[in-house]
Amino acid sequence: MKSLADLEAIRQKTLDKVNLRREHEGTRIVVGMATCGIAAGARPVMLAFMDEINKRGLLNVTVAQTGCIGMCRLEPIVEITAPGQEKVTYVHMTPEKVARVVAEHVVNGTPVAEYTIGAQDK
Amino acid sequence: MPELALHILDLVQNSVCAGATLIVITISLDTRNDRLTITIEDNGKGMSPEFLEKVTSPFATSRKTRKVGLGIPMFKQLSEMCEGDFSLLSELGRGTKLQASFRASHMDLPPMGDLPGTVRTLLLGNPLTPDFRLIYRIDEREFLFDTAQIRQPLGNLPLNEPDILDWIGQYVEEGLLEVQNG
Repeated sequence: MKSLADLEAIRQKTLDKVNLRREHEGTRIVVGMATCGIAAGARPVMLAFMDEINKRGLLNVTVAQTGCIGMCRLEPIVEITAPGQEKVTYVHMTPEKVARVVAEHVVNGTPVAEYTIGAQDK
Repeated sequence: MPELALHILDLVQNSVCAGATLIVITISLDTRNDRLTITIEDNGKGMSPEFLEKVTSPFATSRKTRKVGLGIPMFKQLSEMCEGDFSLLSELGRGTKLQASFRASHMDLPPMGDLPGTVRTLLLGNPLTPDFRLIYRIDEREFLFDTAQIRQPLGNLPLNEPDILDWIGQYVEEGLLEVQNG
């Protein structure tokens, strides 16, 4: 059973990680979270990114959200910007695709071409 | 939207955009009268009477007013479809109160869905401000989650830290279950 008394221990545990995170220039993962994104399934996608990053203990990655990106038919849309690389836009994202994107793109630096917007119209 | 929790996620974003510092989400099920009521109340910048009149119409939305878009009309339509009432009160500079009710057993009413997931998503996107208060009630039983209560013991760490979000998700899930199981 969780209780508010747990918070002190969590604070101790988290503080070091927060400081470590501040020292790294990181990768940014942005999920479209307007009505269109939410209706298409953006929430489980965003939580899957969070869980995957937590599972791997990646400290230099932040997950954030934005409004409507303007291509509602391609939602859920996720934009990933790694340091020194161009922004990559993934479309029609699902929680199932998240593990591969984190492994290949976020960790190893190679975008998963077949999930990107560039592969969409071919 | 396949879940009520997704409607809530979407509508609360409006309150965040309105610059609220406190957003109160109340979900209240009255089993004797077969009535579910969802209220979202914020202290954001509010809407002018002219704007308020427009926002429940999906077709009045242009790119300029895209902040509102389809979220409110869809929720209103759902409550009307489920023999409920919808009201939207707002005052410039004071805030907005949105309330919708539903016949709880109506076959068109989607399930509540992943409410803890909605809470985690809201905090992931808004780790420092505003404060969110969730009140979940079934008849006389009630669960309260309030970010204002946990910030201080957490030393004001941002709430989007994975360990913190995990804890919050589980805390909310347990609290809701406890109310559901009586």
